Amino acid sequence: MDLKDKLISSFMAFESNVDIEHPVHDVRTEAMKNFEMKGFPTKKEEAWKYTSLKNLQKVDFSIFPKEENALEYKQVKKYFLHEVDTYKIVFIDGIYSSYLSETTHDGVDICLMSSALTKPMYKPVVDVYFNKVASKDESLTTLNTAFCREGAYIYIPKNKMPKKPVEIIHFATGNEASLMLQPRNLIIAEENSELQVIERHQSLTSNEVLTNSVTEIFAADSAIVDYYKIQNDSENASLIDNTYIDQKGKSNVSVHTFSFGGKLIRNNLNFYQNGEHIESTMKGVTILGNKQHVDHHTLVHHIEPNCESHQDYKGIYGENATGVFNGKIIVDKIAQKTNAFQQNNNILVSDKATINTKPQLEIFADDVKCSHGCTIGQLDEDALFYLQSRGIPQKEARALLMYAFANNVLESVRIPEVKARINKLIAKKLGVSLGFDL
Amino acid sequence: MAYTEEELKKELETKEYEYGFYTDIESDTLPVGLNEEIIIAISKKKEEPDWMTAWRLEAFKHWKEMEEPDWANVHYKKPDFQAISYYSAPNKKPKYNSLDEVDPELLETFKKLGISVDEQKKLAGVAVDIVMDSVSVATTFKKTLAEKGIIFCSISEAIQEHPELVKKYIGTVVPQRDNFYAALNSAVFSDGSFCYIPKGVRCPMELSTYFRINQAGTGQFERTLVIADEGSYVSYLEGCTAPSRDENQLHAAVVELIALDDAEIKYSTVQNWFPGDKEGKGGVFNFVTKRGLCEKNAKISWTQVETGSAVTWKYPSCVLKGDNSIGEFYSIAVTNNFQQADTGTKMVHLGKNTRSTIISKGISAGKSQNSYRGLVQVNSRAENARNFSQCDSLLMGNECGAHTFPYIEAKNKSAQIEHEATTSKIGEDQIFYCNQRGIDTEKAIALIVNGFSKEVLNKLPMEFAVEAQKLLEISLEGSVG
Repeated sequence: MDLKDKLISSFMAFESNVDIEHPVHDVRTEAMKNFEMKGFPTKKEEAWKYTSLKNLQKVDFSIFPKEENALEYKQVKKYFLHEVDTYKIVFIDGIYSSYLSETTHDGVDICLMSSALTKPMYKPVVDVYFNKVASKDESLTTLNTAFCREGAYIYIPKNKMPKKPVEIIHFATGNEASLMLQPRNLIIAEENSELQVIERHQSLTSNEVLTNSVTEIFAADSAIVDYYKIQNDSENASLIDNTYIDQKGKSNVSVHTFSFGGKLIRNNLNFYQNGEHIESTMKGVTILGNKQHVDHHTLVHHIEPNCESHQDYKGIYGENATGVFNGKIIVDKIAQKTNAFQQNNNILVSDKATINTKPQLEIFADDVKCSHGCTIGQLDEDALFYLQSRGIPQKEARALLMYAFANNVLESVRIPEVKARINKLIAKKLGVSLGFDL
Repeated sequence: MAYTEEELKKELETKEYEYGFYTDIESDTLPVGLNEEIIIAISKKKEEPDWMTAWRLEAFKHWKEMEEPDWANVHYKKPDFQAISYYSAPNKKPKYNSLDEVDPELLETFKKLGISVDEQKKLAGVAVDIVMDSVSVATTFKKTLAEKGIIFCSISEAIQEHPELVKKYIGTVVPQRDNFYAALNSAVFSDGSFCYIPKGVRCPMELSTYFRINQAGTGQFERTLVIADEGSYVSYLEGCTAPSRDENQLHAAVVELIALDDAEIKYSTVQNWFPGDKEGKGGVFNFVTKRGLCEKNAKISWTQVETGSAVTWKYPSCVLKGDNSIGEFYSIAVTNNFQQADTGTKMVHLGKNTRSTIISKGISAGKSQNSYRGLVQVNSRAENARNFSQCDSLLMGNECGAHTFPYIEAKNKSAQIEHEATTSKIGEDQIFYCNQRGIDTEKAIALIVNGFSKEVLNKLPMEFAVEAQKLLEISLEGSVG
């Protein structure tokens, strides 16, 4: 049985475990219909031209974990941002772990999607926001919608800011031979509020994991949201990450994606600017080796005038790795005075590595400043020589240069501990000790 | 001030297509529709050898299995391929030995086109092959060229007289089954130009072809094959016009360039098919497949100025097969009113040390949509490949659109690829600056557009550059948003 059929038949089992009278279930059924019709995307579709899900569909994934698994904090401490105090929403094999988590209802709601979807007190918010910006058309997003039950729910009311950043961590224990997870997050930042989120998916063994995650973020007027995605998973973990962001006037949302590991990663990052004077930032560092495959798809839809968007993606690809970048900027007719910038720089360090990039502009307004730049190249031989002539071994010199190449993406990271963590990951990935902290 | 913006816009909209005349020449047209009999009939009319007929039928077989592509960023009513006449030839036909024998009315047409054949023959020294409604009617300067061993004739003549060359090269760069329109063209092409430059010969003059669709309800399917043998050089020009009609006419051409070792081909196009009127009615559908193959140290350079056609779908490409080969693409695409253009290039790097340059300038005005779609592909064995691409778009008015779809695929670590794109409009301050110095708005825009397109215009041969500049002015002076 292929994965699609399995999912379709599992949906019935799923229905017996959720409240099918609840209005959310209509959304699920509708979404399931769409997925049944569309199935998994194939390479024939333009958006999936360079990424094939064929091999993943051959794996016999468990859709629901059989039992609840527990983890000791010290086992997994290193995956937390332990240098700084954070709120934590932790899931083990898709199931919430209250033991490892630290949620709150003190002025802000940092809790679970399952309670948001079932408890009446959240209903007014859920009615307004749930599944409102996520695509009702894209097959994998609707697949997630159909099975949505658990994930993080964050609600920051007007003029509030949580005391500390929020960490959302998904662990896969490997108790199942192969597991498919479909977390669903809903994040709402009301007017003038502020929020910082760090998200991580971590598989603890080399068993196969497929995560198809959907996150909806709503940033109301003047809200500020910083979102950091750390993707440094084991080599048999695949991630399809769909993020939909709805921004209102004067809001500022930035998403940083750090992809250092995993088997197949597909990031669909979609920004919709529904207001004026909005700023959207997308940045990414990708460092890959082995047979890893990372596909960054970004979309910024400039719907209203006077907005800005910045994109900066850097990639370093070694061994047999494949990188894809597809950045799309749409500027509507009325979105005059838009400033949209897009930059994608890549370094190939191996003859077997591949990079496919497609920066795409669709512009319907005339008074705009839009540009994209894209390069594929190597390290500057002169710079390398300079460093070597000053006694820095070639390996370190290369690493230093690559580090410098990726570094300006880190400048906009606003949590110093995250920055330090990423620095260490980059250094580790490049196989050197830098001997200094930044 | 002589003009206000409004007036300018109005004038621009109503500016008539200068080449929109129809020449009443009796012509020999096949019944509409497409089937094997029609193809055999075309082949027979052209007195083609059997292998050619078979080749056409094979292409037709592939075409029947294909679907019309719809991935391009253009929207139009798909042509009904059974409602087109696939062959229309000016009557009292051909085989002229000198220009005096040409139908005077036809010559009149050329005069209107501004390419009076005899005048050009004397003054410009350009050898012209004119293709009207798919049939080549005049090839000038044949003798001068023959002395150098250069073959420059219509493709049907080449099929008769140089079958070995045609047989060897036709379909090698653009195979019959390459795409929907290429397959259609392979099945029904009625004429086109053929050019062969022998080893080591530098063609002494610009070779030129002029295409014109005259007859109503016909499609034009010409096929051009240019072969530059080792160490040779040729510069080839191509121009196109069509009369104004309110139905859509179909133009599906195939151009194949073959540059053998150390050869160089420069191919310039000024495309000015009827773009439709200001309501977007009529106009030519221009679905063209152009591709060149570079062997060792060879160079192919495409230069195009696209101002016409209701819908353009065109990607002149270079396959850089040989080591050290070079591909270039310089393009200006101008769209106005309801025109839609989806154009760009493909650079496929296969050999070592191959280089390519892409400069694309898109100018959109009115309600038009202008897209750049390009591919730069570096294969794993293409060491030290180098590419530089630049696509700039200029928007005039807020009802048009500019789009870029660049695909970049690199599989070799020594590849160096740069791509940059910008979109902007003509600044009010630039106009003001010109106005303030006594240059009226219309001239100022012409000036700025010319400056914007200069990198490409500079690549055109002299006499084409003048024409292109004029065309640019006609196509869009004025529309400041």
